[in-house]
Amino acid sequence: MSSTPSAAAAADSLRRNSKRPKYSRFTQQELPACKPILTPRWVISAFLLVTIVFVPIGLASLFASRDVVEIVDRYDADCAPSGSTRDKVRYIQSIADKTCNRTLTVPKHMKQPIYVYYQLDNFYQNHRRYVKSRSDQQLRSQSHENDTGSCKPEDNANEMSIVPCGLVAWSMFNDTYSFFTNNSQQLPVNKSGISWKSDRDHKFGKDVFPKNFQNGTLIGGAHLNKSIPLSLQEDLIVWMRTAALPTFRKLYGRIEVDLQAGDVINVIMQNNYNTYSFNGKKKLVLSTTSWLGGKNNFIGIAYLAVGGLCFLLAMTFTIIYMVKPRRLGDPSYLSWNRNPGGH
Amino acid sequence: MAFGRHERVQFSKIYSLSCFRPSTSEEHGQIGQKGYSRVVYCNDADNPEAFQLRYRSNYVSTTKYTAVNFIPKSLFEQFRRVANIYFLVVAFVSFSPLAPFRASSILFPLLVVIGATMAKEGVEDWRRRKQDIKANNRKIHVYKDRSFSESKWKDLRVGDLVKVYKDEYFPADLLLLSSSYPDGICYVETMNLDGETNLKLKHAFDVTASLQDDNSFHKFKAVVKCEDPNEDLYSFVGSLCYNDQQLSLSLQQILLRDSKLRNMEYIYGAVIFTGHDTKVMQNATDPPSKRSKIEKRMDKIIYILFSTLISISFIGSIFFGLRTNRDLNHGSYGRWYLEPSRTTALYDPKRPVLAAFLHFLTGLMLYGYLIPISLYVSIEMVKVLQSIFINQDQDMYHDETNRPARARTSNLNEELGQVDTILSDKTGTLTCNSMEFVKCSIAGVAYGRGMTEVELALARRKNVEPLDVGTTSSNISGSHGGIGNSGKAIKGFNFRDERIMDGEWANEPHSDIIQKFFRVLAICHTAIPDVNKHTGELSYEAESPDEASFVIAARELGFEFFERTQTSISLHECESGVKIDRSYELLNMIEFSSARKRMSVIVRNADNQLLLLCKGADSVMFERLSKDSQPYEDQTKNHINKYAEAGLRTLVIAYRPLDEDEYMAWEKEFLKAKTSVSVDRDDLVDAASEKIEKDLILLGATAVEDKLQKGVPECIEKLSHAGIKMWVLTGDKMETAINIGYACSLLVQGMKQIVITLDSPDISAIEKLNDREAIAKASRESIEKQLREGRSQLDLTKSSSVLFALIIDGRSLTYALEKNLESSFLEVAIDCSSVICCRSSPKQKALVTKMVKEGTRKTTLAIGDGANDVGMLQEADIGVGISGAEGMQAVMASDFAIAQFRFLERLLLVHGHWCYRRIAMMICYFFYKNIGFGFTLFWFEAHASFSGQPAYNDWYMSFYNVFFTSLPVIALGVFDQDVSARLCLKYPLLYQEGVQNILFNWPRILGWMFNGLLSSMIIFFICKNSTIHQAFREDGHVVDYEILGVIMYTCVIWAVNCQMALSINYFTWIQHFFIWGSIFFWYVFLVLYGYLKPEWSTTAYRVFVDACAPSPFYWMTTFLVVASTLLPYFLYRAFQTRFHPMYHDEIQRRRSEGCELAEPGELPGRVKDKMDHLSERMKHSYREM
Repeated sequence: MSSTPSAAAAADSLRRNSKRPKYSRFTQQELPACKPILTPRWVISAFLLVTIVFVPIGLASLFASRDVVEIVDRYDADCAPSGSTRDKVRYIQSIADKTCNRTLTVPKHMKQPIYVYYQLDNFYQNHRRYVKSRSDQQLRSQSHENDTGSCKPEDNANEMSIVPCGLVAWSMFNDTYSFFTNNSQQLPVNKSGISWKSDRDHKFGKDVFPKNFQNGTLIGGAHLNKSIPLSLQEDLIVWMRTAALPTFRKLYGRIEVDLQAGDVINVIMQNNYNTYSFNGKKKLVLSTTSWLGGKNNFIGIAYLAVGGLCFLLAMTFTIIYMVKPRRLGDPSYLSWNRNPGGH
Repeated sequence: MAFGRHERVQFSKIYSLSCFRPSTSEEHGQIGQKGYSRVVYCNDADNPEAFQLRYRSNYVSTTKYTAVNFIPKSLFEQFRRVANIYFLVVAFVSFSPLAPFRASSILFPLLVVIGATMAKEGVEDWRRRKQDIKANNRKIHVYKDRSFSESKWKDLRVGDLVKVYKDEYFPADLLLLSSSYPDGICYVETMNLDGETNLKLKHAFDVTASLQDDNSFHKFKAVVKCEDPNEDLYSFVGSLCYNDQQLSLSLQQILLRDSKLRNMEYIYGAVIFTGHDTKVMQNATDPPSKRSKIEKRMDKIIYILFSTLISISFIGSIFFGLRTNRDLNHGSYGRWYLEPSRTTALYDPKRPVLAAFLHFLTGLMLYGYLIPISLYVSIEMVKVLQSIFINQDQDMYHDETNRPARARTSNLNEELGQVDTILSDKTGTLTCNSMEFVKCSIAGVAYGRGMTEVELALARRKNVEPLDVGTTSSNISGSHGGIGNSGKAIKGFNFRDERIMDGEWANEPHSDIIQKFFRVLAICHTAIPDVNKHTGELSYEAESPDEASFVIAARELGFEFFERTQTSISLHECESGVKIDRSYELLNMIEFSSARKRMSVIVRNADNQLLLLCKGADSVMFERLSKDSQPYEDQTKNHINKYAEAGLRTLVIAYRPLDEDEYMAWEKEFLKAKTSVSVDRDDLVDAASEKIEKDLILLGATAVEDKLQKGVPECIEKLSHAGIKMWVLTGDKMETAINIGYACSLLVQGMKQIVITLDSPDISAIEKLNDREAIAKASRESIEKQLREGRSQLDLTKSSSVLFALIIDGRSLTYALEKNLESSFLEVAIDCSSVICCRSSPKQKALVTKMVKEGTRKTTLAIGDGANDVGMLQEADIGVGISGAEGMQAVMASDFAIAQFRFLERLLLVHGHWCYRRIAMMICYFFYKNIGFGFTLFWFEAHASFSGQPAYNDWYMSFYNVFFTSLPVIALGVFDQDVSARLCLKYPLLYQEGVQNILFNWPRILGWMFNGLLSSMIIFFICKNSTIHQAFREDGHVVDYEILGVIMYTCVIWAVNCQMALSINYFTWIQHFFIWGSIFFWYVFLVLYGYLKPEWSTTAYRVFVDACAPSPFYWMTTFLVVASTLLPYFLYRAFQTRFHPMYHDEIQRRRSEGCELAEPGELPGRVKDKMDHLSERMKHSYREM
């Protein structure tokens, strides 16, 4: 090819419209970076770090859980006539008096507040049909009283809207408990503040009153006092906050006195709620709490297990690295034939 | 060898000097018939006939969409993907009660994803549109009302007359009417069409050339009849009817849109084709669409996920059916609280099968999170960003040509990291394609003392020290005029021989022949001289670099070509120190074509002698020599062979005196052939020229060197260390090819060569019989035998470490590519570390590429620079175009364009490796995160009697793919690098990770999926067991559905983002920002969402602020779960790096231990040993494959 006539001028203009990419550490992919790699020291220190952090947390949680005193009393079997499921169902559906007396012994000193829960088992509050069957609009304000579209089949009865509508409200738990000390003195159960404050204040209206509730052909669970607005019906609010799993506890109230070890508590309960149809258990639970909540060793054990496992791994790796240190540049590790895959 | 061995040499046709002028009103075969129906009424806009034709306007749109069809068309493009269709169907079904979530929460991510893709398309299209607008609104002078007035390009109509000024672009395809030169010629630059920078000469008819000023067009009327719009840049059929004269048009009179007027004040033209009818627009095609292997495999994984989705929905629906069935127990209802007596079909215990089926549909929607909805759009975005990095790489920018690397398609970035075989063109790809005249043989005497790189390599091979290193051409690199010259470099000339330089040739024994020889070089060409006005320097615009080098050589030796007119060529000839101007009347020119492989001119010299001057490839020239006395034939042949061995391109120079009668007779015939307008015109011209190009008298031969590009041997060596096999497909002779092979390290010392050729005595004996079938049969047998021998050689040395090279010539290749021999040929070829195919045609190149691609099922990359490589580039998995001197065809057909071969090293070893790694990691991670999330839903279902209730709030889920996990994975895809660019280049073996697809093989993919499954189990079961039913706060509140959802979802977000943090190798602030930002954003979202009104936030209402955040239990669970989900992967990696490290682990370790910094230059001995060892092993593994 020929040389350009005015090479200098051309070169000059070339420099001006040079397409040379601009230098920046970003475009040249040279940003400063930390490049973590798994050296033996890193691996062992990571494992040890996990151990050091996890074991104390695990122990602390176990201690917290141990400090919690819990009394669990299953009463569904004892408070119904023995016999087949069918007999029990028939009993629970009858109008007979279902008062039942239970005696609980306090194993250890229980500091107030003592939380009273009922625990249901095999009860699918998380069933899609069940979860959906409610109307948050209706619960919130009176003006949405007829907003019952999502509540089927408990949307209206006798051609009138049910307030609160839906299966959840309809199937509300209705066993009641009264607690007495040995000397027949009643232990007051404080039922205020057992629901979430945000629910009370914002999800259940102060102007919404139960209406046409449990008036249908099928009676589900509890009846509601028509003169109390929903925002004050805390049992309902607690119940409406559906449980995640088929075994769940719900707060019934608080006993605000200390109980001493060896104290005997008599419980007089109304065994109204039908769990017999679906073979669900019912339990009454009295429990104190720690900073971590109620009694459950799982999290402590899990922390200890992970911490322990990491300790073992740290040891294993230390031994591996000490006994068989990896020779730098050992070609036997670098064969493509041997390495079919990996991360 | 041919000068200018490319197809595009046909371009010379536009430059046939008009020594003759078809002025007859002949019948133009097809004009008016089908395909040739266009009629243009020039300057006659009011003509009703012209009005009827309604040709397209000059408005050009290159956009993919228009404002109207953008939405439907881009939506259609979107929904061609299975995954998107699935999501669309789900979105529609979500309005029915079947849906587990609210419809809006399903629609939202789909809209985001579709919207992002559409936005991307839209932005790209908008850019094209802006370019269009710019082009459409350029100004042009159009003849209107007796004067030329300015108008916009888009308003141009067919038949308009336009005036184009210097350095303006032609707005449409024009018919050249006249120019500011009286003879009606003009120069155009076709850079935008074919990338060639040289000027082309166009010539108007004499009859129109006289239209010299604006006023003369007042009465101008003409009709052009011509071919319909087509994409052939190199031909034009048409006729012009003007003043009752019928003139046949050729490409010489046509000025193509987007080429530029040069060196002229102005031209006048008539618009023939406008807008999309122009040749350049007809040529505009999209780059071929190719898909990478990873993407193909990704589709398979998507199908796996779909089947997983279907199977878990199926399992779920069975359990649901059974459980629903149990609700009706001997006439009484079990779970009375669900009121099974008053239920819909969805939960009807009386019809459990139907309920199960409907639930199956619900399940398909619920577990849809297994399908990563944002995968495709994320990958697309990542690839675009990766391409930007490739385009922006300074180390792939070539200063001399001012060209950075260009990723023309972003589809294939990761494929660059998996190349197994490179198929390369030679000229212009491995070499510079800037020819230098280095040697010549005149009258049997060899002149020229330089030594080529190939000769040096040859000498090294023979262990002979080159005698005078000082004179090697590589040393003087690019040129000195010669001894005694002021050392000024002359491009294209690297010849030195004191015997003939500086006028000394006159003292040589055959000085008359030397004189004739250089005269031929100075006259027989198509170059145009160009005098620089400021310096008075003479330069040449030539069609091929070879030709330029001849003219320059002639000039340097005293035969300076300085002027060319229509009918003459003028030289300054130095004779015994005196400059004499000699003019030669140019009578005819018979152009070069790749079929003819020669070109001739017929001139009349000052002594009124008629001479035919001819130059051409030896294969065609020797047979055309006169039968009687050719005294130097043998020596010349000998020299040509030597030159070929030295890697030079040779041409034979000959001449022939003609007598008047013979010429007159022949000219008539030639003219007739030349002016015929028919399909077989070329054949007629060939036949005519055949008659005069005979009985030539040999003068000598030239040898030009095509220098290796800078860094080619090093690059090839690196690539071969990376385990990439290299095939060179060249048009050269076998000897040349082999020598070039040595020069560029393709062949190395100690390699055994398997040569397959048909140049054996038996074959030539059969060829003499001229029995085609016998030849074919014998050839086939011979090749079969040679292949068998090659095979046995390979088998014999299987255990030892001898490397093999296969060399095959074009003729053998024809047979070797036949069905029955193909497989054995391929088998031999893939066992050889390098393969050279000589004398191969463009078609063969493409066929070989296809064979390798289909035979090995591995990734092939073709690299080339010329139009003859286009087939190969399109056939290969990846086509890389060299944007060199050869024009743009190869680049237009390529997927990546680089300026120099050596950039391939960086493109593959650095960008290819990184992109492969990034995309592979990214896809694996995508599956991980979606399986990890999707299965938590399934485990929850198992605890909700498979009723189809999702564990989380609808909107948490919608945002999962879109906000909480998308950016880190994109950052991974764009920025991650296992080792730095420097180390990638230093340890080329690292590239094998891609070739062997180690980062994206099934065990690894399934491993990641398993990891996802494991994570989901850890998340769900730890969350479930730790929250089971006790209070989770000091105030006695228990975990309910809302809170469990938040706890689990928090764990998922932490787990997948930390998993990302754990698995990336390269932590810049961007990664930190995205990973920790995503986690942080989840909390921000949760707080903001929780503060919306309860109707909107539903189960998320103040759940974080009121319930979760104050609870230490919540944070402790998160911490426990995150540590536990990371543990399996961390453990795996720890064991792997200890016992089974991958190559990049090894390099990373070396880097961190500081071995790298200590020795920046040479590899330490130990590492070198390792590398040797490795390549050894690799070779064995190849054999076994």
